[in-house]
Order: sequence, then C-alpha cells, then structure tokens
Amino acid sequence: MTAWTLLIIAGLTVSGFLVGRMRAQGLRNAAAGALHSMPSYHGLLLASMGFGASAIATLAVSLSAGSQSIVMPAAAAILGTAAIAGVYPLITPKFRARNIFEQIVKMVLLASSGIAIVTTIGIVFSVLLETLVFFGEISPIEFLFGTHWAPTATPASFGILPLLAGTLLITFIAIVVAGPLGLFSAIYMAEYADRKTRGMLKPLLEILAGVPTVVLGFFAALTVAPLIRRSGEALGLSVASESALAAGLVMGMMIVPLISSLADDIINSVPQSLRDGSYALGATKSETIKRVVLPAALPGIVSAFMLAISRAVGETMIVVMAAGLAANLSINPLAAVTTITVQIATLLVGDQEFDSAKTLSAFALGFVLFCFTLVLNYIALRTVQKYREQYD
Amino acid sequence: MDATPQKLPSNPIPRILAEKETKIVARDVNVYYGDKHAIKHLSIDIPDRAVSAFIGPSGCGKSTFLRCINRMNDTIPSARVTGQILVDGKDIHDRDLDVVQLRARVGMVFQKPNPFPKSIFENIAYGPRIHGIAKSKADLEEIVVNSLKKAGLFEEVKDRLSHSGTSLSGGQQQRLCIARAIAVNPEIILMDEPCSALDPIASARIEELIDEIRQNYCIIIVTHSMQQAARVSQLTAFFHLGDLVEIGDTEDMFTAPKNKRTQDYITGRFG
Repeated sequence: MTAWTLLIIAGLTVSGFLVGRMRAQGLRNAAAGALHSMPSYHGLLLASMGFGASAIATLAVSLSAGSQSIVMPAAAAILGTAAIAGVYPLITPKFRARNIFEQIVKMVLLASSGIAIVTTIGIVFSVLLETLVFFGEISPIEFLFGTHWAPTATPASFGILPLLAGTLLITFIAIVVAGPLGLFSAIYMAEYADRKTRGMLKPLLEILAGVPTVVLGFFAALTVAPLIRRSGEALGLSVASESALAAGLVMGMMIVPLISSLADDIINSVPQSLRDGSYALGATKSETIKRVVLPAALPGIVSAFMLAISRAVGETMIVVMAAGLAANLSINPLAAVTTITVQIATLLVGDQEFDSAKTLSAFALGFVLFCFTLVLNYIALRTVQKYREQYD
Repeated sequence: MDATPQKLPSNPIPRILAEKETKIVARDVNVYYGDKHAIKHLSIDIPDRAVSAFIGPSGCGKSTFLRCINRMNDTIPSARVTGQILVDGKDIHDRDLDVVQLRARVGMVFQKPNPFPKSIFENIAYGPRIHGIAKSKADLEEIVVNSLKKAGLFEEVKDRLSHSGTSLSGGQQQRLCIARAIAVNPEIILMDEPCSALDPIASARIEELIDEIRQNYCIIIVTHSMQQAARVSQLTAFFHLGDLVEIGDTEDMFTAPKNKRTQDYITGRFG
C-alpha cells in the first residue's frame, strides 16, 4: 500500500502543477487583462496544495490505522484531489498565487528548522525523565560528588567524579596537543603557504579528519600506548599499559584538522585591506598576523576551539581502546582513566533491563555530559560576544 | 608606442620641480602582472613638500605605480617590477634596503578606510609601537594626540579614544587612517583614491587636510576626480594604458594640456 500511496502523492503533485498552469495559461490567452502571477506560480501553488493535503492524510491514516490499510492511498487521493479542486476555482487573473506561494515557502523553511529543534527538545526530555527515575534510587548528591564508580559491584556505587576527572584530563591533553598544532598549521596555510602548497596541504589534513575514530583508537592502543609505556619505563616512570596520555595524544591528532580547517577559513575571511594597512605601516608579516589578523579572527578561533572541545568530550572509541575502563580518580596522565562516554557505552552494551540503577545511570551520565557541553558552548558564545562588543 | 627610456616625457620641466627639491626619481620602470604589462618604461620626478596628483582612466597604471613606491606590489605574487625608483637618491630595490623600514618612511592611505578593529588610540599607537618610536607611555600618548591633531580629528574623538576605530563615520575613519600614517613620521604619504568612498563634505575635509599638511610631506594622490586634482595638487601626471602621457604644473595641465589624449581626458571625452 505504501508504494501506491507514494505514487498517488507524486501524481497529485505533478497533475496539480499541470492543471494550475494550464488554467492560468488559458486565462491569459482568453482574458484581456494581464495575470497577477505567472502561470507557473499557479501551478506551483496547486502542486503544493495537492502534495500537502495528500501527505498529511497519509501520515494521519498510517498513524491511526497502520500502513497496510487500503484507507491510506484512498485518503491521500481524496484529500489531495479535494485540496486541488478547492483552490482551482480561485485561479483568476487577479489571484495572487505568487504571494501565497511565498508564504508556503516560508512555512516549509520554518517547519524544517522546527523539526531539528523539536527533536533536540525531545531527546533532552527523554534523557531528563530517565535521569529523574535514576535519582529516585540514587541521591543526586551521591552521584555528583561520589568519588567511587563501580556500577556492577555489590553494593554498587555511582560517584561520577572519577569519570569527570578522566574526561577533563583527556580533553585537556587533546586540546593542549591540538590547539597549537591546529592554529599554527592554519596560520601557515592561510598566510605563508602559496596557493599550490595550500591546495595540497588542506586536503591532506582533511584526510586525517576522515579517518574513522575506531581506527585511531586501535592506533592509540597498539602503537602509541606501548610507545609511551616503553619510553616512560626508560625514564624510570611507571606507566599503565592503557594511559590517559595515549588517548589524549591521539584524540588531539583527531581534532587537529577540525581546528586547522575552521581557523584557516576564519583567518582567510579577515579582509585583505587590514593586512595591507598593517604592511603599509612597516609591519612585518608575523607582526601583522599577531597584532591585526589574529585579534580580528579571535571570536571565530575561540568558537573553533570550543567546537573541538565538544568533539573531544563526546569522543568514545579512542578512549575505550586506549585509556581503559578503570575509573581512577587521578590527574596523572600516565595512569589508566575512563570517561563518561566510555561508561555510557559499556553500561548499555548487551542485554539490558530498564529498571536497574545500573542502566539508568547511563542516562544520568548522558545528562551530565549534555549539561557540560551546553555550559562550554555558552561560555564560548559569551567570550565571542564580549570580544565583539569591545571592537564593533 | 613605448616611450624611449631615460627621458622625461614632458619638456619644459614643470616649475614646481625647479622650485622644490626632488624626492622621488623613477627611471624606466616596468610593472608586469603575470603577462600583463601594466606600466611601460615610466620615468618621472616627484617634488618634495608638495602634492602630486596621478590622474587617468581606470586600469591606466596610476595605482600600480603608487604601490611601487612603498613596494606594496611585493605582496602580490604575480607582480614583477623592473627599473629604478630612487627615494632621496637611494634605490628602493637595493639589497641593503629593508622594505619594512622603507614602508615606515613611505606611508599609505587606501581607497577604502581600513582602520584596525581596535580602539582609536590603538590604531594610531600601532605603528609607533612596532617601530619602537615612543620611549615611554607618556611619549606614546603625545604621539597619538599630535597625530590626531595633525589629521584634524582630535577635537571630534578626544573623549572617546578607547572606542573602536570602526565606530567612526567613513570620513572620520579615513582621517584616522591618515593620522595612523602620520604617527610613524613618514617623509612620503601615498594616497590611493582616498575620497572615493566618501561623501562630498567628508571629501572636502580630507582635501583641506591634505592642503594643511603638504608643507611637511611629499604627498602623491591618485584620484579619479579631476576637480580634486586641480584643487589639491601642484603637479599633475596623466596616465593612460600604462604610459605616462603628460606631466606638468597642475595649473597648466588643466588649462593648456599639450597632449591630445590629456586634452580629451580632462574634457571628459573618454575615460
């Protein structure tokens, strides 16, 4: 039945267009006065009426009676035809099809942005509700300030601090690696490299962005982590076989292309006239970059960094493989740590029953993660705005 | 069509060049953008402490030559400059000459006002800071205030030196850019159509300013407005298709041009 219904919707859309245009053309040929709107607008209006009405009918029926029912194509056909037939007599030389179609376009665009927002709100609420259920069993204070994380032990303990510390530690290492590397390579590409070098360099960096994180993960676990352990032992340090440093370094490499690509675009969009002004005053290239270009690009660079941090905070695969599952409350980069995302993944892998505190804690972790990135984004936004106020 | 090199295209020598010292001497200058021959065998003398105007239709090479004098064409990868340009008798393409120091001596004001997105104070202080001109904070403040006064902007902005330079009106922004150029004590100021983005009143203010400061600097102004050239300059050079067609005292150029092409241009028959 679904195929039939789709066919009917398509047919109504096309025939609506043809019928509307034909009638308008007929009017233009017959009537003495000019039409307000071109015939194709009348066609588009009828087409959108036919499409809208039949699509709504289909949705309504499939939600109430199921998609196997014969009612679905029938309802689509009847409602769609009715809509076209209802608007058809309105087509007169004075009918403002062009203006009405403009309104329809506006509604479609509004609905598109609305869907993204509604989905986000829906996700937040579903996570929030499960989180509240979890907090019915475990007190929020124990959850937020507990220093011990062992959801599968008996008795289980749910203290998020080790996970938060692990997340922050790895993100910090990643941004310390990726921040300077990304920014400097962006400055090189945007200011120093000639067109040819830039044309080669940028795609290469973007290939790095295209490496799946699971590949980066086993690179971290099998290559970087042993390397760190061996060099640590050579220096007489005790290094866990899975360390925050390994995960952080590789995660840093993951976000280098993100930062460099965004920062490169931002630096490029600083007007050339500002650089010329600085050169004409006798500034060198690096003085110009340091004192004119980067300050002008700062709001964009800050938001690129924040985006990279959000990316690092949410990253799971690399950490699962390279940093381990041990929930240690530690700021030692050579120790094994775990992160919020890793725990969510391990809690929800396999068969689950949805009434245990163990499973529900994943939602609480997700909620904390969400709040964390929200705060980060808010700080980024405020920083950017504050800077702009100073200079605009 | 190419003029013979080494020879100035007009005879007799303009009176202003006899009166004033010669600041800039160009001999057989050619500029190429890739394959395009933008300036052909140009030779010209520019007087010190006077205003010289370059006029001519779009694409005639007048801005290109202007950008040769502070070597701004270096920033364009495809541009190539040959020939000699002497400032105070020294070749600006000499290996010993540091382009950064040259640009400190040769200030430039652009077609569109381009204040930095910094405060008014910082805009002026930028040049003195990078060249280490000011010895102390008080010194720097004095330079800023004096530059603003010379550019006739101080009274308008004295209460808001910490406001952004981009918050000023177009004409004020352009005077800010002139003040910024003055702050590093240049000997030469190049102006590339400084009024083309401004309304007539703001343009008039800039012209007054040029007139006030011309005793202290060697000023070259590229302009599309022949009235402006006639009002502010003492020497006028007419460019066409990469050639320097005619050069002369401004009063003569606009009343009795010798060349047919100059005559056609200033009477509005082409361009």
